Amino acid sequence: MEIYQLLPKTNCKKCGKSTCMAFAVALLSWEVAVEDCPPLKDVEFKNNYEKLLEMVAPVEGSTETGLIVHEDKCFGCGNCVVACPVNVANDPHGAGIGRAPTNDKLILRVEDGIVRAFNIQECRRFGENRILCNLCIITCPTEAIEFV
Amino acid sequence: MVNCLNKNYYVCTGCALLCDDIEVEVSGDHITKIKTVCRKGFSRIGGCIEPMPCTSDGKSVDITTAIKDAASILMNADNPLIFGLGNSTSGAQKQAIELAKRIGAVIDDSSSFCQGPIIEAILHEKIHTCTLDDVRNRADVIVYWGADPSNSHPRHLSMHSYFPRGEERQHGWEDDRTAIAIDVRRSHTAKICGNRFYQIPLHTDAFLIEALIDALSGKVPKVPFEYDIKKILELANVLKKAQFGVIFAGLGVVYSIGDMGTMTRLMDKLNEVSNFHLIPMMGHYNMRGFNQNLFEATGYFNRVKFEKRENGFDVKHGVDYSIMEVLNTKKTDAALIIGSDPMSCLPRSTAEYLSEIPLVSIGPCENFTSRVAKVTIPSALSGVECGGSAVRMDGVKVTFEPMIKTARLSDEEILKRIMEAI
Repeated sequence: MEIYQLLPKTNCKKCGKSTCMAFAVALLSWEVAVEDCPPLKDVEFKNNYEKLLEMVAPVEGSTETGLIVHEDKCFGCGNCVVACPVNVANDPHGAGIGRAPTNDKLILRVEDGIVRAFNIQECRRFGENRILCNLCIITCPTEAIEFV
Repeated sequence: MVNCLNKNYYVCTGCALLCDDIEVEVSGDHITKIKTVCRKGFSRIGGCIEPMPCTSDGKSVDITTAIKDAASILMNADNPLIFGLGNSTSGAQKQAIELAKRIGAVIDDSSSFCQGPIIEAILHEKIHTCTLDDVRNRADVIVYWGADPSNSHPRHLSMHSYFPRGEERQHGWEDDRTAIAIDVRRSHTAKICGNRFYQIPLHTDAFLIEALIDALSGKVPKVPFEYDIKKILELANVLKKAQFGVIFAGLGVVYSIGDMGTMTRLMDKLNEVSNFHLIPMMGHYNMRGFNQNLFEATGYFNRVKFEKRENGFDVKHGVDYSIMEVLNTKKTDAALIIGSDPMSCLPRSTAEYLSEIPLVSIGPCENFTSRVAKVTIPSALSGVECGGSAVRMDGVKVTFEPMIKTARLSDEEILKRIMEAI
């Protein structure tokens, strides 16, 4: 609703959505960007446009599943890499036993001292049968991983 | 370098875990990417911000002159000190021991004010220990006591002790392992342990150990500070039921209990009722190597003085030959510091004496000690620019190859050339 309140609420359909509420929902699920609403760029909505940009800025660096790694907090311990059930299933003799990956199917891996996300479509929070898996979050000692 | 599945793995010398599954991408003489390395290792492999210069008396000199001047300082000293070596290869440590014999030096390392008591107990087989591979494959109860490996040894939990699946622990951390933290503060490791975190006041570890021994003996435990006795009974119960337990003892517990007698009694009691092992949380990558190499050479693991005689030398050992004592009593008249920075890790009142005597500093990076040294000799970064072998925190020997080439000499080669010049 907070996003909707900042939109023009004219249901002009210029964005391709049938209503402004539909655009707000699409914006929330990263299907569209703030720039996709043409009337927002008008002078009269300048403040709203800037507020919306500010609102979505924290999630800009996130992956399709909403996963963000705060690089300033991560020290590359690799707990999340070994705890991730997808990593273990895809690489039981590498990440599963705490050692270096033996293939490229991992979601999380450590490079240059920081954990990085790959193959994010494999994440259990992604796709039609998604679940709210949080094992990489609860095993992170520094709260460096977050889903938004 | 380990070749596995057509990949070349290197060993990280960032800490005493000596992780042997590091992949590096190299372009020319530069490392461009390092995989599977924690931030601590990344920093170590990345090299120095300020490399050690090659100087003598504050002037830039070539390496031959610096080595000659270093040899001259050590030759003219009556009671020289050799210190450091925790970040040197075993080859360099053995060379330093030979040099100490030649010049009649006191030789010591940071275990002297660090994990020394535990290593002594392990080398004298007073405490039952095991390897990190045993921990990964078999351990079900893991105690981090006065240690925060999440910060000191970042991959400890993920590679060895808690998260990985092992031969007898196929469900890893989720079902098969219990992690316990005993500490004075809620560390990052304690956070991972969740409700198995036992927070105690400062300097009360010995009381908790006594209480645990009582609880394991079926007595009612008592502690002289406010604590829920039910929690101690609950902890004792978890320890008692362990099939393969391990205690990772950090500096917190070593400094708190002083001597290892109390911990030895706890380990004996634990091994009466269950199966427990202890591994010291060594800091520098080859600190345990120094202790073992000196133990093999002299029967003592640190604080050794080689006193020259007409036919050979006498080996003396004791607190009088610790770095703290020889600096506090100003008994030494020259010092050789290898891969260490006592000016920043020792109390100022003790370390400032180093600036009053002729000092030789060998190492890859400039530090506070090298800034007051009369002679500074740059060496190759071991594990990155030169290979060798080291002893992991659990006593396992690990050999490693260099990742990149360098023109700089290794610690071992520098010490060999100093020996030749003496």
